[in-house]
Amino acid sequence: MTSISELATTRDLMMNLTLRELRGKYKRSVLGWTWSLLNPLAPMVIFTVVFRFFLKVPVPRGDPSGVKVFAFFLLCALLPWNFLSNGMMGGMGALIGNANLIKKVYFPREVLVAANVASWVVSLLIELAVLAVALMIAGNFVLPWLVGVIALVAIQTVFVTGVALTLAVLNVYFRDVQHFLAILLNIWFYATPVVYPLSVVPRHATVLGWDVPLRTIYELNPMVGFVEAYRDCLYNLRVPPLGDVAALTGVAVATLIAGMAVFNRLERRLAEEL
Amino acid sequence: MIERRRAIVVDDVSKHFRLYHERNQSLKSTLMRRGRARFETFEAVRHVSFEVAAGETFGLIGENGSGKSTLLKCMARIFRPDSGSIDVEGKVSALLELGAGFHPELSGRDNVYLNGTILGLSKRELDSKYDEIVEFAGLERFIDTPVKNYSSGMYVRLGFSVAINVQPDVLLVDEVLAVGDEQFQRKCAEKFAALRGDGKTIVIVSHALGSLRSMCDRIGWLDHGDLRALGPAAELIDDYIDETHADRAEEGGSGARWGSGEGRIERIELLDRRGTPTTRVRTGDTVTIRFHYATVEAIEKPVFGLAIHSLDGVHVTGPNTREAGCVPGSIDGAGVVDLRVERLLLLPGTYDITAALTDYAALHPYDYRHRAFRFDVEAGDPHETYGGVVSLGGIWRVDAFDDTQ
Repeated sequence: MTSISELATTRDLMMNLTLRELRGKYKRSVLGWTWSLLNPLAPMVIFTVVFRFFLKVPVPRGDPSGVKVFAFFLLCALLPWNFLSNGMMGGMGALIGNANLIKKVYFPREVLVAANVASWVVSLLIELAVLAVALMIAGNFVLPWLVGVIALVAIQTVFVTGVALTLAVLNVYFRDVQHFLAILLNIWFYATPVVYPLSVVPRHATVLGWDVPLRTIYELNPMVGFVEAYRDCLYNLRVPPLGDVAALTGVAVATLIAGMAVFNRLERRLAEEL
Repeated sequence: MIERRRAIVVDDVSKHFRLYHERNQSLKSTLMRRGRARFETFEAVRHVSFEVAAGETFGLIGENGSGKSTLLKCMARIFRPDSGSIDVEGKVSALLELGAGFHPELSGRDNVYLNGTILGLSKRELDSKYDEIVEFAGLERFIDTPVKNYSSGMYVRLGFSVAINVQPDVLLVDEVLAVGDEQFQRKCAEKFAALRGDGKTIVIVSHALGSLRSMCDRIGWLDHGDLRALGPAAELIDDYIDETHADRAEEGGSGARWGSGEGRIERIELLDRRGTPTTRVRTGDTVTIRFHYATVEAIEKPVFGLAIHSLDGVHVTGPNTREAGCVPGSIDGAGVVDLRVERLLLLPGTYDITAALTDYAALHPYDYRHRAFRFDVEAGDPHETYGGVVSLGGIWRVDAFDDTQ
């Protein structure tokens, strides 16, 4: 009985903390929630100008959708990427940012990280909805594919939460984590086919006379799978390879379990270390 | 007494903290010291065991740094003990800081829900308590204003109101009883009384010995992390005052001093019934407060006065020689002034004496020694344990009516 009512309370707490993040995010700004939509637009314009017009990155034609617009191609990957990046940064700061609360009240601390990630899920869903409308106006009928997109968002959320839990609790003990993360995210961004198609990554490369299966190594990055799957659903309008989706789900669940294990282990002295 | 359910079982609890010399807050320093940060262990709580029965009000006392707040935080599950265990039955609410977790940009209403869920209430429970919470805080008019625009008083009132209305089975309180104005404090006191009446278990950490004496059933006395004693509130607080204030009385004399200096109060003494100077007396004792004065030149119609303050600043009394009709024509040289008190009706505690020598109009101070002498009062006769600073020394009479007729 207690655990059920406790669960209900945790759910309400999660709701309220997420609402706090969301409400607090754009308070006192004139444009308010419009910022959530404007934020991805600036990088979209920059990347389109630099990569499409200056560097002439090829735009793959959607197969079988037939759409061929770099901005759409980019946004289908950029929005999930932003979710990863924001969720990791925000989730990482969730414990330190709420130090006062942790020192004064007991409640399940994981909820702070999860609520922060959840607030970014909400942003992502809004952005994806706007993107879907734009795609439909452009002639890409994505409506039936949104089920797949929502499933992907769910899997990615599990993944991001796992990573964020680890980062958040490590960051309490080592503040290096936040500086390290900024660099990591930069490398990770270019190691993921966001601003270029996967096809430009060579399958093999010769390094010091050795043949290296570059594409296979490249695809170890779980974000490659996520980004490609989002593109399949939104840009190409085809079912992503189910094997890949299963692998992503496995990675996501494993990441969450690992994240929770690290969190529980390091959580003991949280209130004193903050 | 009926065997009561145990609400809190503290079993052999120890908690230590790390005092870092050079803290490994960066990866580099961790690697360079091979993962070992240099720190000393500070034992804040050592092998403490006790039980609190359901419905009991339990106080924790001790000097600063004795570990009582740490122990309370362990009970609230904010700290985890390094060894031993703490079992708390039922829903716990801790009043450690009021309004922790308020978001300044959100309205009072949103913060009630936010804070309430943080303290463990579900949305449904909050819906049903919302009006009560807002009314208790007296913030009906401001509830849709962002809390950043609240005064600090409004802020803590709302925080207190949420925390106290959580309907906990066990309430943990750390020095937050004194919030808001007098009216709000009275409301708080009533709320506490109501909670006690409902059979809730309350654990209070406080330095306000007077309130503890009147509120608590039992007290635990912590001394440098050890549980020094455990027992009925009144007895234990008397022991505590006897013990801890014994070496404190000599601290007096640090207060400010001013005046034109034609005459000076050289020394203040407290004499027991045998005329021996002392700093520790008991309620009901016959005592004499004596000033030793000396003048540089003759002073016409001098007025001697004194004031007694309790440590927390309550002005208990302020007699002077003019109002008592005891003013000499003049004084010149050295002498003494006595105030003899047949029956000292101060209740146990520590008090300061302020001494003054002024002109007849009490406008011009020759010498004014603020809180210049400190003394302790221990339990005596009359024996009263329900708070306050003085006894009235009254005599009870109860007429028993037989109302069956």
